[in-house]
Amino acid sequence: MEIKFVEASGEVHHVEVEVGLNAMEAALQNGVPGIDGDCGGNAACGTCHILVDQAWLASLDTTRSEHEEAMIELIENAQPNSRLACQIKLDEALDGLIIHLPEAQF
Amino acid sequence: MNAQAAAEAARVPLADIDVSDPELHRRDVVTEYLRRLRKEAPVHYCANSAFGSYWSVTRFHDIMQVDMNHRQFSSDGTVVIDDQFFSGGHIENEKKRSSFIVLDPPHHTSRRSAVAPGLAPANLLKLEAGIRQRTQELLDSLPVEETFDWVDNVAIELTMRMLAILFDHPFEKRREMLHWSNVVIGFPGDGVVESWEHRNRVMTEIHEYFDRVFKERRANPVGHDLITMLAKSEVMSDLSPAEFLGTMTLLMTGGNETTRNSMSGSVLAMEQFPGELEKLKANPALVPSMVSEVIRWQNPVSYMRRTTTEDVELQGTTIPKGERVVIWYLSGNRDEEVFERPDDFIIDRPNPRQHLSFGFGIHRCLGNRLAEMQLRILWEEILPRFDRIEMVGEPTRIHSNMFRGFHTMPVRLHRKTNA
Repeated sequence: MEIKFVEASGEVHHVEVEVGLNAMEAALQNGVPGIDGDCGGNAACGTCHILVDQAWLASLDTTRSEHEEAMIELIENAQPNSRLACQIKLDEALDGLIIHLPEAQF
Repeated sequence: MNAQAAAEAARVPLADIDVSDPELHRRDVVTEYLRRLRKEAPVHYCANSAFGSYWSVTRFHDIMQVDMNHRQFSSDGTVVIDDQFFSGGHIENEKKRSSFIVLDPPHHTSRRSAVAPGLAPANLLKLEAGIRQRTQELLDSLPVEETFDWVDNVAIELTMRMLAILFDHPFEKRREMLHWSNVVIGFPGDGVVESWEHRNRVMTEIHEYFDRVFKERRANPVGHDLITMLAKSEVMSDLSPAEFLGTMTLLMTGGNETTRNSMSGSVLAMEQFPGELEKLKANPALVPSMVSEVIRWQNPVSYMRRTTTEDVELQGTTIPKGERVVIWYLSGNRDEEVFERPDDFIIDRPNPRQHLSFGFGIHRCLGNRLAEMQLRILWEEILPRFDRIEMVGEPTRIHSNMFRGFHTMPVRLHRKTNA
């Protein structure tokens, strides 16, 4: 399946991803800049903050876990479509998903 | 591994191990005691210490789990082992609930969010050129081929220059902040604080200073400094005087001891692992990765303390309600189940950012990006100037179970041949 990461500068990265990974791993494994993933995917650091493309909000389960919610609450300029990429599990239904990266991770 | 220290740690009966003893930290043998706890008692109970009983959590994933679970492992009131510290019952102008590091949600969230913009990457970009310039000036002023103390002349001096920028404090008065920080974390008889009355006087002086500057900048909020950022926030204006003081002193001390000791730690690491310095010189693009590895390897904050709000089971052990729980970052960062050759400084580890030094969860270090930036700038400016920072004597370590760092570090700079 394919995902599209769009940097804050507008630069686009199309990456081919294995089903079952999360979006943080997808970025790191494909050298997409702008995602750190300091905690390794536990929703404990907030350094894989991304914005889900508006067109995809309907197809994505946007329920945030308590941990994810707590970390997003602390991110400056977080938006209603903010997620932690490590909490987005990639399955076939998300083929073509568009993810926007913030200017920087905090 | 330090074989002598390991043998020493092996001789102590498990139940008698007390990793809160500052002497073990000053002698730098505590890592061997922690290694034993990770192996034999990952959730360990110490019944008797100078600070009362406490539990130690020493494995990487357990530490992360506790750090994320702020409901059952509370920060409310204090995050140090010693219940008397920072309160002591002696100081009328301090309250226990003095800043967001010792608050849980919901109060924690609004207060932390008020401070965050000042330390967010976008704001740090505005401060970077100034920090770089002061770093360059300092490095250019250092004696070459002469012995001097790295801690006082570089690590402390640079940290103070950075704090002066961060708070927009007069450059010539930068050491005033060092004195203030030492008093804030000090106690009578430590060589800085003469008595509780003396500490109280200085705390009042700090409060008056920050209160005056805060009001000035609220009236004229033009700078990018932290106090101006705070002055724009409604939450900050509503804080009680005690909480205002607590927040300002947290920001002042939080970026002081920690960054200073990471800067010195980076020099020690390069001395002990010269191959890594060669790697870095050959490929300066490794600087950011090296910075993360320094922060893991030096581990400037040894632990955080939490308090259980109910009985909690961890690794098959039940920790009762109301107990002190100490999560040892210093131990988790050396967990052999997570890190290959954990004691070694390796600047190109596969996931250098995945360390515990900033903590995890809602209390994760707010100054992490600033700390990384300062260390990055320091080494970006060292590499073109100096071939080597030679250690010409043993560094001396501080007597603290909380901060891992150095009193003195005698060094000699060797100029780069083509520079």
